[in-house]
Amino acid sequence: MSILDFLVPASEACLRSGPHDKIVLSSRVRLARNLRTVPFPSHSKKAERIKAFETLMPAVKSLTLLGEEIFAESMDKLPALDKQVLVERHLISREHAAKNAGSGIVLNREENVCVMVNEEDHLRMQALRPGLQLRQAWMAIDAVDTALQEKVEFAFTERYGFLTACPTNLGTGIRVSAMLHLPGLVLAEQINQIIQAVNKLGLAVRGLYGEGTEALGNVFQVSNQMTLGEPENDIVERINKVLLQIIEHEENARLSQMEKKPAVLLNHIGRAYGVLGNSWSISSKEAMNLISFLRLGVDLGVFGKTPKSLTDELFLRSQPAHLQLAHPLREKLGSDERDLFRAQMLRERTALIPKPDPQALLGKREEGSPE
Amino acid sequence: MVCQFCKLKEATVHVTEIADNKVKKVDACAACAKEKNYNDPAAFAIADHLLGLGAAQKMEEASEAVGTLSCDQCGYTQADFKKSGRLGCAHCYDIFSDGLDSVLKTMHKDIRHRGKVPAGMQSALAGAHRLQSLNRDLQVAIAQEDFESAARLRDEIKAFKAAE
Repeated sequence: MSILDFLVPASEACLRSGPHDKIVLSSRVRLARNLRTVPFPSHSKKAERIKAFETLMPAVKSLTLLGEEIFAESMDKLPALDKQVLVERHLISREHAAKNAGSGIVLNREENVCVMVNEEDHLRMQALRPGLQLRQAWMAIDAVDTALQEKVEFAFTERYGFLTACPTNLGTGIRVSAMLHLPGLVLAEQINQIIQAVNKLGLAVRGLYGEGTEALGNVFQVSNQMTLGEPENDIVERINKVLLQIIEHEENARLSQMEKKPAVLLNHIGRAYGVLGNSWSISSKEAMNLISFLRLGVDLGVFGKTPKSLTDELFLRSQPAHLQLAHPLREKLGSDERDLFRAQMLRERTALIPKPDPQALLGKREEGSPE
Repeated sequence: MVCQFCKLKEATVHVTEIADNKVKKVDACAACAKEKNYNDPAAFAIADHLLGLGAAQKMEEASEAVGTLSCDQCGYTQADFKKSGRLGCAHCYDIFSDGLDSVLKTMHKDIRHRGKVPAGMQSALAGAHRLQSLNRDLQVAIAQEDFESAARLRDEIKAFKAAE
């Protein structure tokens, strides 16, 4: 079965919801593990990588925890488009998408546990949850890890904990992260302050696709940097606490913008609606930044009963691989063609959204004034 | 600009070093740069980039202290680490641990693992700790000439070892 048949459609994937999902798009906990007896993938010969692959793939596939219906495949069997779709769904890293023979992926039916074999480490396994659910994600991946330890022996020392290719992941091998939508803090020009404060707590703030990527569409990723010297639970709880604070700041920023500058907010939201509904060529960068304001409008009730899943779907379907997938020819589109096709998709979808209703923002202030 | 070493070829490698607050500039041609080991400044940068500024230098200092190290299981060398910021295999962590600790200090909360321990290791570690603490108690008892306790501890250690 192709991964494209295995994955639920973008519209369905965006229906997943969780606590605080107006601001927290998703939570993720990733663990890095290595086999004790085989060199790390980055330094191993092809035969050694294959050995690790042949040890780990069956072990992961046989985990009852993942359910019976799983997708498991070697990376060289996946076409480039399929790999890119997996990256856009945040199921694999961009680095893993570049891998071929000797690397693999195992994904469960719910699409919330994904294991990469032979990425930078022999195993990179992650649990994903919609909204703010770091604890749940940690418990899920902890269980997978424990079950795997009954089947294979991981590199571990009492002193350094789980050994990883890069010393930055040493010890727990844990990376706890959440994807945040923070248009309020960006508009209020408070985002840099927040990023600096979060950095001071030893947490990293990155863009949409992790390390070295731009914060497109006001989406930021917050994650821990330190992995050694602290129990996993402490790391999870600390990030959880920081995230709750960021959520509060974002909510306050939105409220104060509504109070003080409703026209500025309406201007951003209205223009986003106008451009997305009427453009004939649009880059992914421009699209994502506008969809961010559309989502903010939905959050603030400017678009009636429009669900946020619709804007999330636009966001996902604006990405290159998802666009190509939706194209009738499924051929590789040039970037100009892509911009045309993206604009078409966005026009059609935005037409389903009612015109912005300013009363949702102004109503409270002008109560009693004539219509 | 001409190479400052051979003074013949065009200088294509330019390195600025700051050591002890003194700035030292090197302009060399490719061949001389290689000979003088100025060939790959990027090699330092990656370790620095990944592990924090100064990480590469700390590794360098550590490697000078212990001489040129390489892992006897995977053949990884100190230079490989500087180049990639990564280690080659599990055994590398034993081999390079001297230099590593100072690097780990700069990037982690502590240099001792306090998280999850594999189930199989748990009992082994607990056993090792128990034995350590019994031995410690025994030494104390002997030092205090408390021979009654010492005899009891000796028997306990014997029983513990037999049970292992």
